[in-house]
Amino acid sequence: MMLKLVGIAVAAAVGGVAFAAPALAQNEQFIPALVYRTGAYAPNGVPFANGIADYYKLVNARDNGINGVKIVTEECEFGYATDRGVECYERLKKNGPTGAAYVIPLSTGVTFALTEKTTTDKIPIISMGYGRSESRDGSVFQWNFPLLGTYWTASDIIVQHIAKKEVGLDKLKGKKIALVYHDSPYGKEPIALLTERAKLHGFETMFLPVTHPGVEQKATWLQIRQNRPDYVLLWGWGVMNSTSIKEAVAVGYARDKMYGVWWSGAEPDVRPAEAGATGYNAVTLQHTAGQFKLHEDLKKHVYDKNQGSAKWDETGEILYVRGLINAMLGVEAIRTAQARFGNKPMTGEQVRWGLENLNISAQRITQLGFDGVMKPIKVSCADHEGARTGRIQTWDGKNWKITSDWYESDDKVIAPMVKDAAAKYAAEKKIAPGCLTN
Amino acid sequence: MLGPVLETLIGGLLTGVLYALVALGFVLIFKASGVFNFAQGAMVLFAALSVARLSEMMPLVVAVALSVVIMIVLAYAIEFLVLRRLVNQEGIILFMATLGIAYFLEGFGETVWGSNIYKINLGIPKEPMFFFESVFPGGLLIDREEVAAAVGCAVLVAALAIFFQVTRVGRALRAVADDHQAAQSVGIPLNTIWLIVWAVSGIVAIAAGMVWGSKLGVQFSISLVALKALPVLILGGLTSIPGAIVGGLIIGAGEKLAEVLLGPLLVRWFDLAGGGIENWFAYMLALVFLLFRPQGLFGERIIERI
Repeated sequence: MMLKLVGIAVAAAVGGVAFAAPALAQNEQFIPALVYRTGAYAPNGVPFANGIADYYKLVNARDNGINGVKIVTEECEFGYATDRGVECYERLKKNGPTGAAYVIPLSTGVTFALTEKTTTDKIPIISMGYGRSESRDGSVFQWNFPLLGTYWTASDIIVQHIAKKEVGLDKLKGKKIALVYHDSPYGKEPIALLTERAKLHGFETMFLPVTHPGVEQKATWLQIRQNRPDYVLLWGWGVMNSTSIKEAVAVGYARDKMYGVWWSGAEPDVRPAEAGATGYNAVTLQHTAGQFKLHEDLKKHVYDKNQGSAKWDETGEILYVRGLINAMLGVEAIRTAQARFGNKPMTGEQVRWGLENLNISAQRITQLGFDGVMKPIKVSCADHEGARTGRIQTWDGKNWKITSDWYESDDKVIAPMVKDAAAKYAAEKKIAPGCLTN
Repeated sequence: MLGPVLETLIGGLLTGVLYALVALGFVLIFKASGVFNFAQGAMVLFAALSVARLSEMMPLVVAVALSVVIMIVLAYAIEFLVLRRLVNQEGIILFMATLGIAYFLEGFGETVWGSNIYKINLGIPKEPMFFFESVFPGGLLIDREEVAAAVGCAVLVAALAIFFQVTRVGRALRAVADDHQAAQSVGIPLNTIWLIVWAVSGIVAIAAGMVWGSKLGVQFSISLVALKALPVLILGGLTSIPGAIVGGLIIGAGEKLAEVLLGPLLVRWFDLAGGGIENWFAYMLALVFLLFRPQGLFGERIIERI
């Protein structure tokens, strides 16, 4: 402990030098990193940020960058506060020889706030598994890329899984499904899909908001106890998730009737509840926990050289793996753009093209070391989501275990909703829908 | 209907006790030094982090004892580095100083102890108890952890009451609370008294931190629980220990009943978009009290003759 304190004092003394932004050479690709390593959401923000940072380090160390272009990144701490997130973006967007390649906000609130700004700045937003669900329509949301899944996809997969358990969508009639959600744009996203599905199948919905940061949920769970819903969907983040599971234990609500979104299905969400979390489920953003092929390279090129951001044992955790995937998709988008524009640092506009033409096949996934972690993804102007599949995982008290087959969200339900919501947004913001060619 | 209402009321009252535990720390320091200690929430977080991280390396009892030492050292540091230099300054200056302490403690605590969610296991079973199952369908639910916390809180309040009323130090604390300069003029060592009261407040923070930490897991959000103590203080008065308890109970019960009974009605009647009301309802309740009784339920009425 003493050593740690001395270390902190020394770090504070030399911090100005140690953390000063490096001078950027012309053959470097700058990628900003909006992170939250402190504050109420840090337990979830830290592993994700570590996964992203380590993937960039790996690409630089193993491949000498992306086709010879080194990645340079700078973290900006925003504590999951939307205003500070926007500040970070503004501060970093012009760094590097070509400005920010893309931005990963890891916050639906910041994604909402940046949606208009990035259009002007010509910097794409990668909101993998979050953001506006209708932003998958690339003709309206030309700069937003909610890759691998939106909240409508997530909630649809959960409804499909519940229907399978009940042996048919028609068996949902008369059932009661509650949504316990973070009272923010993020938490409210699945309401539209659940309302639509409720109309189609005749189940009853119950929406229960929890205010930030989500540590006070007693009244919410007393309502659940009193109304006895058949299933509870959890749309939380940070400490709200573990508090929900603990409160479910406190009111005796069965954990195997609970389904979290992929942001409510990581280790920090279940571990604090200890044995109480056993049986709790969450939909996956394709992947679950565990190390895989890529980790051999990570160990050799990053961790064995003491360059790792996390502890080695933590590199198989869900949010760390998600950070790796997110960074990989960004790097592959830059690589795709380079194939067209040349092996040099890409502008945000060029990376946007790369994202819109991203096509990662099963073979390429194997080459990249992500075999068994994710499925192929193909993005287009009409579909900025690129893939909408997921599975259900269940916490067995020690580990996450996949407990279902693959599901794909039902586009017969979602596509018309996307079309309507995107058209409404376009009318509101006076956007003429259309695909960008460059 | 009676069952759910009763259950909510009991749950609210028990949560109120937990709020009171945090409010108690504010009251102690305000009574003795006239300082509104904005850092109380951060102290709760720091104390909880100390107990949680130390208990990973040693038995819980030893971790708590060591945390008491840490909080006393912290109290000394605050007294020596901050308060001593601000004696007889305006209240707002002292308040601003505690604001600085709060941010420092939060950041420093996370830097030293880490920002994950840590566990404090008090060994209390998490499963609920059910009573009167033959009277109410499903019975009346009581949270064991909250009952244990309420008992702990009662013991702590009794100990503090004895300390304040019976002991020599307690009387000196009250004298300092009435008038710093007058107390100094009769030989009461102001610095020592402040050190004692901050240390006692630190120990109360350990109790609050352990209870909240066991309930929520120990992480940054615990410091935000202090915000829930503010309406309790408005209601109960800044200078009254019984006020903190009664205020906590009213706020706890009021906000839970409002969320469960009033919230759905408001949404239905006014076709609102929804949203948890318990957070702002507590402040509204406190505000209404403030309009009619500015000194709070048990606070001392301030009369100044011109």
